[in-house]
Amino acid sequence: MASFSTTATVEDPRISLGDGGILPPTRGGGGDDSGPGLPDYALRLRRARLGLLVALTPVLMLFVSFTSAYIVRQGLPTLDPRTNTLVRDWIPVTLPKLLLINTGVLILSSVFIELARRQSKEQAALRAITAHPRVSAGDQMRIPWLSMTLVLGLTFLLGQWTAWRQLAANGFYVATTPSSSFVYLLTGTHAIHLMGGVLALLVAGIASLLRRSAATRSIVVDLTAWYWHFMAALWIYILCLLEFAS
Amino acid sequence: MATHEFAAQESHAHPGPQGFVRKWVFSLDHKVIGLQYYFLALAAVFVGMFLSLLMRIHLIWPTLALPLLGDIKPETYLTLVTMHGTIMVFFVLTTAPQGGFGNYFLPIQIGAPDMAFPVLNMLSFWTTLLGFIVMIAAFFVAGGAPLHGWTGYAPLSAMQSTGPGEGLGADLWIISIAIFCIGALMGALNFITTTLDMRAKGMTMMRLPLTVWAWFVTAILGLLAFGVLLSAGILLLMDRNLGTSFFVPLVTINGQLTGHKGGSPLLWQHLFWFFGHPEVYIAILPAMGMCSQLLSVFSRKPIFGYKAMVYAILGIGFLGFMVWGHHMFMSGMSPYTAFAFSIMTMGIGVPSAIKTFNWLGTLMRGRIRFTSPMLFAIGFVSLFVSGGISGPFLAQPVLDIQLHDTYFVPAHFHLIMGVASIFGIFAATYYWFPKMFGRMMNESMARWHFWFSFIGTYAIFMPMHYLGMAGMPRRYSQLTEVTYLHGLIPLQKFITYAAFVTIAGQLIFLVNLFWSMFKGKQASDNPWEATTLEWTTATPPPHDNFGGHTPVVHNGPYEYSVPGAPRDYVMQSDPEIGPAH
Repeated sequence: MASFSTTATVEDPRISLGDGGILPPTRGGGGDDSGPGLPDYALRLRRARLGLLVALTPVLMLFVSFTSAYIVRQGLPTLDPRTNTLVRDWIPVTLPKLLLINTGVLILSSVFIELARRQSKEQAALRAITAHPRVSAGDQMRIPWLSMTLVLGLTFLLGQWTAWRQLAANGFYVATTPSSSFVYLLTGTHAIHLMGGVLALLVAGIASLLRRSAATRSIVVDLTAWYWHFMAALWIYILCLLEFAS
Repeated sequence: MATHEFAAQESHAHPGPQGFVRKWVFSLDHKVIGLQYYFLALAAVFVGMFLSLLMRIHLIWPTLALPLLGDIKPETYLTLVTMHGTIMVFFVLTTAPQGGFGNYFLPIQIGAPDMAFPVLNMLSFWTTLLGFIVMIAAFFVAGGAPLHGWTGYAPLSAMQSTGPGEGLGADLWIISIAIFCIGALMGALNFITTTLDMRAKGMTMMRLPLTVWAWFVTAILGLLAFGVLLSAGILLLMDRNLGTSFFVPLVTINGQLTGHKGGSPLLWQHLFWFFGHPEVYIAILPAMGMCSQLLSVFSRKPIFGYKAMVYAILGIGFLGFMVWGHHMFMSGMSPYTAFAFSIMTMGIGVPSAIKTFNWLGTLMRGRIRFTSPMLFAIGFVSLFVSGGISGPFLAQPVLDIQLHDTYFVPAHFHLIMGVASIFGIFAATYYWFPKMFGRMMNESMARWHFWFSFIGTYAIFMPMHYLGMAGMPRRYSQLTEVTYLHGLIPLQKFITYAAFVTIAGQLIFLVNLFWSMFKGKQASDNPWEATTLEWTTATPPPHDNFGGHTPVVHNGPYEYSVPGAPRDYVMQSDPEIGPAH
């Protein structure tokens, strides 16, 4: 009986914006026998990635808008009614050191989910090959990268909550100063978006439990991974903004 | 009958609906979702129109006690202004042309069986409906609906104690708009992905009908603009409920310090208008696309300058993000900044003029069929020109400072953004009704409806320009008590009477719409002899749009009066006729 290594290469489908139009696939909806290398899988993955790319645009606009407000608000004076003079009310917040640890956790989780993405793709490729009754793949040890990402993601969120409590313990509440308002706003909005990623990880896990096709699982994990990377990059941006532009 | 070419069919991404609830309520079918959006907008437009009628009555009879409603107090008048504007802009002008017709016809016009993400599509409608319900709920909470205008200017909108309606009502208003933004973003995601990734074979970007181009660019505008509005809404909610000071400076109310300090009301204006001006094009671009389509169909001529029309749509979309500052000339901005915004605003006149002249070029020497959709399409061009011509006046800071707070501004934006867009919706309704419901609308009633609407809207909004130039301020609830405005009251009365007649005319449309659904003459598959793909399929279209086939496209969307062709139109899926003539 033939045996194959677990390394399989699959070309990434590219998003085509050209004028050629797209030939409709012969089937859709994703059956169990689809996988990388088959046109249906490639089309579904491309469409899903395009959808994700489009979906990330308003998220980016949301944070661009917050950044704009952050810069404008930082430069505004306010009237001191006691002295009748214009004063600055922007008191820089000393960020908790815990945020650096949280950053490390999030970056590590991003590495893990990338490994999960590649593993999932390989599995889907193998499933397509081993669907043939006379072909089987060798046994391999599967590291639960997705579960590890989920644990790290939840750890990050818990860390952010703890950092909020530290801020409050130091006297910085939401309305204490405009800078603290922005700290809570930016970290909170990011955390809500990351919860979306955690939810997607759970969906990927459920897809696995429900024995959905390897291709479907691979697409879910692929999208979640790119979203997760985006969240990690966004967090680094937010941290730099809060640390260096205050 | 020419033979249309079909490719193997992409099986539908979700099974056909089973039962009433799955078919008509929680439907994944883009056509049903399009109808749901359309009827939501129809309900919203009658709510918005009723509010405007109350405003018009109050303006000329300010002491009149209305049955069931009683007196309209000044603050109630501001509530009417606020809710009329908000409902019309979000739940009518954004919802009907994009969510309604775009959902129904974009996939069919590109040869796709459905939207790219049907579940998301369904969620976008239900999210929008939830937003509408929350908005209407603002009328029924303690204090009533907000009075800060549809632009929600801070600090009036940013504190709970600034007036009746600024408590829970204003919170609901903001939450409703935030919900609407999320729904609109889900819709935009679908429109863009579907257009880029699900076109039939041969449907190149330069063979897309202008309707699809308009919906596509509108979706991009929404994608970039609604995220910013959402962010502004979040900041506003925090100012109102968490005590932050993003938009609220040091203010006192009734001599008491509020606790806010250092915020900037202008920051709200920047964020709001960064959304608000593209919103104008979100409302009007689909109407431009639909009317371009109709002018070509009923002139029996190819659209004049197809590529120029496409680039004009893109140009308008791009420049739409560069001009938000012209709404803020009154804010004390630097004259240099104002000059830059002024020049950019004037610049938008270039692609707008390209479109206008191309519409006229399309009509020129055409064999025009004056059907009801064509009448409304021509009416759209008329209103677009009439409303657009006052744009360069307002684009100049020195003139805008004089005119900004007068009736000149409502006259301008109602003509170009409101009524022109509504005429696009009417034109599209009369045009696509046969495809959607399998029956024709009554042509006589449609013509009566057109003349009532066309003459009525001019009668309402043209005099408003003169009121503005004469210095009559907008947003005032009682004009009859002001001596220097006495001479203008007859004009206000005329506008109110015209509004009565025009609104009565809309009842003709309503009767025609529902009567024709059940009693209208049976429609053929292609009653207008048009060329785009929706007319190649059955009427109404089957669940998968093309009955087990996917069309293959060989021709452009506007091949009319083709020399040597057996009839005066060549459909997109007909055998290729060679290079565009």
